[in-house]
Amino acid sequence: MRPRYENLGSRDTRSGFGAGLLELGEKDERIVALSADLASSVKMDAFAQRFPHRFFQCGVAEANMIGVAAGLAGSGFIPFVGTFANFATGRVYDQIRQSVCYSGKAVKIAASHAGLTLGEDGATHQMLEDIGLMRGLPGMTVISPCDYNQTRLAALRAAYWEGPVYLRFGRPSVPNFTPPDDPTFQVGKIQVLLEGKDGVIFATGHLVWHALQAAYALEAEGLEIAVVNVHTLKPVDVEGIATYLARTPVVVSAEEHQLWNGLGDIVSWVATQHYPRRVVRVAVQDTFGESGKPDELLEKYGLSTAHIIAAVRKAIANA
Amino acid sequence: MGVSAYFCFVVEDLSRIAAQVRRDIVRMVYLAQSGHPGGALGAADILTALYFAHLRHKPHPWNPTGLGEDVFILSNGHICAAWYSILARSGYFPVSELATFRRINSRLQGHPATKEGLPGVRVATGSLGQGLSVAIGYALGKRLAGDPHEVYVMLGDGEINEGQIWEGALFAAHHQVGNLIAIIDRNYKQIDGDTRTVLNTDPLEAKWEAFGWEVLPLHEAHDLPTILRTLSEARQKAHQKRPIVIIAYTIMGKGVDFMENDHNWHGKPPNKDQFEKAIAQLPETLGDF
Repeated sequence: MRPRYENLGSRDTRSGFGAGLLELGEKDERIVALSADLASSVKMDAFAQRFPHRFFQCGVAEANMIGVAAGLAGSGFIPFVGTFANFATGRVYDQIRQSVCYSGKAVKIAASHAGLTLGEDGATHQMLEDIGLMRGLPGMTVISPCDYNQTRLAALRAAYWEGPVYLRFGRPSVPNFTPPDDPTFQVGKIQVLLEGKDGVIFATGHLVWHALQAAYALEAEGLEIAVVNVHTLKPVDVEGIATYLARTPVVVSAEEHQLWNGLGDIVSWVATQHYPRRVVRVAVQDTFGESGKPDELLEKYGLSTAHIIAAVRKAIANA
Repeated sequence: MGVSAYFCFVVEDLSRIAAQVRRDIVRMVYLAQSGHPGGALGAADILTALYFAHLRHKPHPWNPTGLGEDVFILSNGHICAAWYSILARSGYFPVSELATFRRINSRLQGHPATKEGLPGVRVATGSLGQGLSVAIGYALGKRLAGDPHEVYVMLGDGEINEGQIWEGALFAAHHQVGNLIAIIDRNYKQIDGDTRTVLNTDPLEAKWEAFGWEVLPLHEAHDLPTILRTLSEARQKAHQKRPIVIIAYTIMGKGVDFMENDHNWHGKPPNKDQFEKAIAQLPETLGDF
């Protein structure tokens, strides 16, 4: 019997980060937090109220925030910077590159509102290139957890993971389906949610839930499709991904990110080295997003459960 | 944590050190046939005064966190030939290593870096505008850790074109980072020419005052007693509510007559004739590397 993941109650992943940050603050005086006028949106306000001397409001000045965090890390503290994904990456790429990664400073970058599903704010805020930007940096770890519980856990682990970490999460309320303190969540390792002999969907972030729904829907046709949560996009669990590539020629990747430089590229990269497979990608097709509700956006830009099902069918036809 | 090495030199000693630093700079840049001699020569006196008579710092054991000592960050990383000479002659690493400047497999990268583990360097700089923010972070770290020392950061006056500098200027004043002392190398020169032509930053003192900083002009920026007095004044005024900026009116290329006040020496090595002319003006005082 394959497990049935149930929604334990929808919550936003950013609140999972906020809960994790608060717990960290209670346990460890080295934890400090910085925000660029988005403390409430990124759910850092509880930490800020509880530990005002360890919270630094930076105003709308992200470049300086990254540098200040690098200096705090250099002094022996564990800084979390929080803002939206586009302001946390593209806007401050050079600061992250030089003052953080090249300088070996263990800054933890908490990026909320990633992907299309922040919704109505539109394409200026819908960061779809961040995984590529961050995983291209030597020394950076990139984590994209799938739900509230996993985002809380990822925040706890990020604090003590060596080096800088990019932690990607989102704005909307989404199904929370992994257990609290999930022992199967390990940074740097794939998380196998469903085993299956007829194909595999590698998914990350919000699309992991949709991948599960797609796999369940395909069971009605007698297909057992595996669902693998690739929450850590760097370092890549090459062995874990290769193991699933070896089992089935039906391979799909699913991510709320641009077609380029994200999970699809990672799976294809492992495939070219270890087990050649054609990979059908569910991703944003080299375009910008727009205003709308999260589900409308996933539908219009080809990231819905139905699109993942269609991708699996295409992969079966290819195989 | 105590400070084990608090250097105290008389002015004659400092001027001998500064002379050798200038000679090191010109030899390093000539040997590498690349580098940035102009700004490095201009900052040699201030850096000498800082490291040999002002900073409470410990070359051994090298402590990357900087807790328990004063911290210095060179934000205008391109003038690192001066800093490397100072660090080596302060005991952070062997003076002989200066010969590896900008060469393959060296710890003395073209711009300061931490990856190769060079003692004395706490953050990579070179892409401009970033060091002030990092210095603020170290200063906040000292505040949180209850460390009574200061953080010093040098900025180029071309560098302050960068918007991030002014983000940092707002932040440091807002958060009352009183243990931060910035030094602006005000030589009025940047790569493409005079700062007043490229992108005017005057009136500079009024700008920093308006941002809420304590401004200390340093007009005799190559006179060691004046530099030391200004640094002492900065320390006396530190640990209040205002960050401090010393605006040092330096001469780019100081000490080599044909390099002085000429922006073309920003990032160009001398050829053989120029090197011989330059080195004839720079006495060997402490022994060449």
